[in-house]
Amino acid sequence: MDKIKKFFSSNIREISLIIVMIAIAFFVEFRSGGNFFTGENISDMLTETAVLAICAVGMMTVMVTGGIDLSIGAVMALSAMVGGTVLKNNQSVPTIAIVLISIAVGIVCGFINGTLVSKLRILPIIATLGMMNIFRGITYLVSNGSWVMQQDMGANFLSLATGRVLGVNNLIVIALAVYIIAAFFMTQTRTGRKIYAVGNSEESARVSGIKTGRTLTMVYTILGAIAGLGGILYVCKYGVAQGETCTGYEMNVIAACVLGGVSVNGGTGRVGGVLLGAVLLGILNNAMPLIHVSSFWQEAIRGLIILLSIIANSLIQRNVEMKALRRRNI
Amino acid sequence: MAKNITKQVMQSDGTRIISAERGFSWKRFLLQWEWMLVLMLIIVNVFNISVSPNYANVKNILNATRDFLDKAIVVFPMAFVLMLGEIDISVASIMALSATIMGIAYQAGIPMAGAICIALATGTVCGLINGVILVKFPELSSMIVTLSTQIIYRGIAQIILETNSVGGFPSWFTQVAAGKIGGMVPYVLIFTIAEALFFAYLLHYTKFGRRCYAMGNSVTVAKFSGVKTNKIKIIVFTMAGLFSAVAAVYLASKMSSVRPDVAKGYELDIIAMAVLGGVSTSGGKGRILGTALAILVIGYLRYGLGLINASSQIIMIVVGALLIIAVAIPSFRESVGNANWFKKLKSMAAKSQGT
Amino acid sequence: MSDYILELKGITKIFPGVKALDNVHFSLKEGEIHALMGENGAGKSTFIKVITGVHQPEAGEIFIRGQKVSIKNPKDAQNLSIAAIYQHGTAYQHLSVTENIFIGHEKMTKLKTINWKQMHKDAAALLNRLGSSIDPHSVMGNLTVAEQQIVEIAKAISTNAKIIIMDEPTAALSKRECEELYRITEQLRDEGCSIIFISHRFEDMYRLASRVTVFRDAQYIGTWDVDGISNEVLITKMVGREISQIYPKQDVEMGEEIFRVDKLSKTGYYKDVSFSLHKGEILAMTGLVGAGRTEVCQGIMGIEKPDSGKVYLEGKALSISHPSDAMNYGIGYLPEDRQKQGLILDWSLGQNVTLATLEQFTHGSIINQREERQKSKELLERVKTKALSVFDKASSLSGGNQQKVIVAKVLNSDLKVVILDEPTKGVDVGAKAQIYEIMSGLAAQGYGVIMISSEMPEVLGMADTILVMKEGRVSKIFSEVKSVTQEQILEAAMNT
Repeated sequence: MDKIKKFFSSNIREISLIIVMIAIAFFVEFRSGGNFFTGENISDMLTETAVLAICAVGMMTVMVTGGIDLSIGAVMALSAMVGGTVLKNNQSVPTIAIVLISIAVGIVCGFINGTLVSKLRILPIIATLGMMNIFRGITYLVSNGSWVMQQDMGANFLSLATGRVLGVNNLIVIALAVYIIAAFFMTQTRTGRKIYAVGNSEESARVSGIKTGRTLTMVYTILGAIAGLGGILYVCKYGVAQGETCTGYEMNVIAACVLGGVSVNGGTGRVGGVLLGAVLLGILNNAMPLIHVSSFWQEAIRGLIILLSIIANSLIQRNVEMKALRRRNI
Repeated sequence: MAKNITKQVMQSDGTRIISAERGFSWKRFLLQWEWMLVLMLIIVNVFNISVSPNYANVKNILNATRDFLDKAIVVFPMAFVLMLGEIDISVASIMALSATIMGIAYQAGIPMAGAICIALATGTVCGLINGVILVKFPELSSMIVTLSTQIIYRGIAQIILETNSVGGFPSWFTQVAAGKIGGMVPYVLIFTIAEALFFAYLLHYTKFGRRCYAMGNSVTVAKFSGVKTNKIKIIVFTMAGLFSAVAAVYLASKMSSVRPDVAKGYELDIIAMAVLGGVSTSGGKGRILGTALAILVIGYLRYGLGLINASSQIIMIVVGALLIIAVAIPSFRESVGNANWFKKLKSMAAKSQGT
Repeated sequence: MSDYILELKGITKIFPGVKALDNVHFSLKEGEIHALMGENGAGKSTFIKVITGVHQPEAGEIFIRGQKVSIKNPKDAQNLSIAAIYQHGTAYQHLSVTENIFIGHEKMTKLKTINWKQMHKDAAALLNRLGSSIDPHSVMGNLTVAEQQIVEIAKAISTNAKIIIMDEPTAALSKRECEELYRITEQLRDEGCSIIFISHRFEDMYRLASRVTVFRDAQYIGTWDVDGISNEVLITKMVGREISQIYPKQDVEMGEEIFRVDKLSKTGYYKDVSFSLHKGEILAMTGLVGAGRTEVCQGIMGIEKPDSGKVYLEGKALSISHPSDAMNYGIGYLPEDRQKQGLILDWSLGQNVTLATLEQFTHGSIINQREERQKSKELLERVKTKALSVFDKASSLSGGNQQKVIVAKVLNSDLKVVILDEPTKGVDVGAKAQIYEIMSGLAAQGYGVIMISSEMPEVLGMADTILVMKEGRVSKIFSEVKSVTQEQILEAAMNT
């Protein structure tokens, strides 16, 4: 009994997210006349969410250190554009090589961000805002203003986003793999725990001998790599790479993290929570058309749900603190 | 000379005299960020003149400002927001929403002047909502709150107009953006200059401004010193909302129509201008003069790159690089100043001077 | 082979503008508990950070078991089996107890992954060994200060540290918790650790230590055996002169009641706090850290509003919802944390002094800067600030002078009641005496003065009335100060 109670209190955020999700799901199922819980719809929804979820977990590592990366959309576009251009010139390049090229480009971008933040001590929001412009500009230069269209990519590459493993869409499989690796990395390795230490207190971390600068550079580089992967998958899924790809995507990714309980002040955030945050956004995106919410309403509703959920969360938090104060019996 | 005098006062201990005046110091005068911006502005203009001989006439230079005044109007209140150590990502969405509501109000038969007032009221309310949420929930960061209101405000604009646009404003309204005094000075330029002067006065000469600086440095110290921090926060965010609406009116007049996707992405440009102007996003630092210069630097840079038909991508890269270099310079100077080799060099130089 | 497990010779550490340690010596015998004493700002904390490699000294040598070593970073110190438990917890508040204990030296499985199971088990065992039943899974931020301290100790022993430094571990503990800590400390010694125990409390020293070293004003004063040294001698060593000299208390006739607090309460912080204050009276609020003294005063000021209770000034009930209200009524507050609550360190002295009273210099909302500078010059001179001009940055001053700037800032308002929260904490002796002078000057002018203080001699030396708080409640009020002893106060602050 005690254990169950403890489980609930330490996972209150995740549990309330799941409850919200289930509530939305059943509401939609009911209103749409049973169109939500179909294998096809669920699969569609998760496929649509996969890229966002992948990127969100990368953003989480940065946000846990108290930083933020506004350039993620631009990095996605740039790495996808480089990958796409290679493909355009030579469709016989194997898909895996294209993905690796994109990831490599992302790593370089992330490393630059990380260096600006850790070495030059530029505030993350400013550094990545500046780099966002630069990466986006380079994207146009690489593409020379032209688009990489579906026919430029070739069926072989495009099948990456449509293919299935054991009946599950590749993108979902890749996202799951990323989450398993991330969960393992963040909870089971020393390096992962250092990220939390730096985010909790950079000073303490330094005192206990952690090289904080290196940790910071690392998280931005990781996010770069993930953005590279996310970018190429995004392009693969939607079949076009252009200069505007993923404009404003950073806000979606940050929103998923915030919904999932990652604090912008650093120190907290769990892989599971971020997954739930991303999926919740995915459900919203998927559910609203199903129950015939006009597409013009969707944006405002999404924003409102994000705002309400962060407010609800801080009310819950206050309640918990008040209870702790009452217990002091003063 | 001045230095020696103060030293003597210190040595004659007992009654310590603290000076309330300080002499003019060239070093202090020249070590201001604004000089860097002036230099950039000169470089940009020399560049512009060199690529286009026609550029260098007063009429043209004044007219070019029309390109960036929509953003400039919001940069000054944004500087205040940043000064508090906060951020407002929702300004561009407020612009879109105010413009949209002005459009439908006009369409619904409200006279244009009335529609403009409704737009200004909309912006004010949006800013007020941001401010109130932040004050009621001090544990939430302004980035997250304005990130969500950004989505909401533009979402509402979309609900109202869907993909339509509203136009057909009266001809006097288009003159708001196009009109010029004496065929030379755009009305809105005059307005923006007046706005800059107002904000400079507010920030540098009034207690409100001093208190904003104090809050940006430390909300705790400010609160302990009796500064009504919540009130100031609400006022500053409301100001950002109001001036976003002003910019929206100008933008609507310039484009002579209104769509829900106007001003998309402006918020980042606006923040970049303020930061280049020397306003720190961690709060407590910055001046209106610098902000104004930064607007001109980025504005004319864009204009000049446009003259040589540089693609917008080059412009993005240049602006981004400028922003990073601008914020990196002080920290670079510091890290060099703290580096061991630099200290050694300095002490060696001092020694050789001594002998 | 040396007698000493740790020896430091001639350590000098300079921070920009301040000598934090000036040719300091120290030696620690194997298996001893060695008390390190000195006033706040004497350099104790810097000294620890030199031993643990956080700071690099400009001069001096460190020996471990007679071997000269250089400790360049915290990792080096860890490798030399040195661990420190800092005064301001270095805990990771959002992480679990287990993780706090093992961070930086996690237990790994064969596959190079973190062995959480083993770590939780070991953490439980470590805590158990220290006689504590803290759940290793709980989040650090939810523990009490005392529990966090035990976790920090567990962390130290988990690294197999042989030299353990404890920086004021008892400062925030209740008497029972102190006993617990003593027991653990002695246990560690018996297990072969050598311990440097830093504390303000003589009680701690007598109870635990075999030798004591005193620092004063960044300098080494001496080392003595604890047997056969008296409080008086130690205080003289720590303060540098006879103690009676430094309390320039004027005899003031107490006037009528000026200020009264009635049943002030705030859930979780304080309950039913009532007291009254007269013109010319200095009321000292004392008690352990965390007893709620600061919270009560911040409640009075409207910084964190109380849930219930009333405050009266000259018989009138006040409604205070913001510090500016309190200031308008004539209640001023000098906060505890000068650097975080009192001063904007990046600002000039002049601007700091006038921040709370800008109205005085504004005409139609414009600040008259010349007038402002003139006024702040006068105020700063009145409190004898050591500074060149009003343009000096606040961060360039020493602790004592910073405190004087805040005093000047508070005094600029038109006040009837002044609340001073730990006014002499971290202030050098000279500035301390000046602050006492100002304080008794205020009382003589008819102000009501409330002084929060943890330093017993200061409380006994300055106060007309002593209010002792314990766990958020008023434990006792002594109005006949002359007959009160330190023991009585401690008793009231700690009794269970």
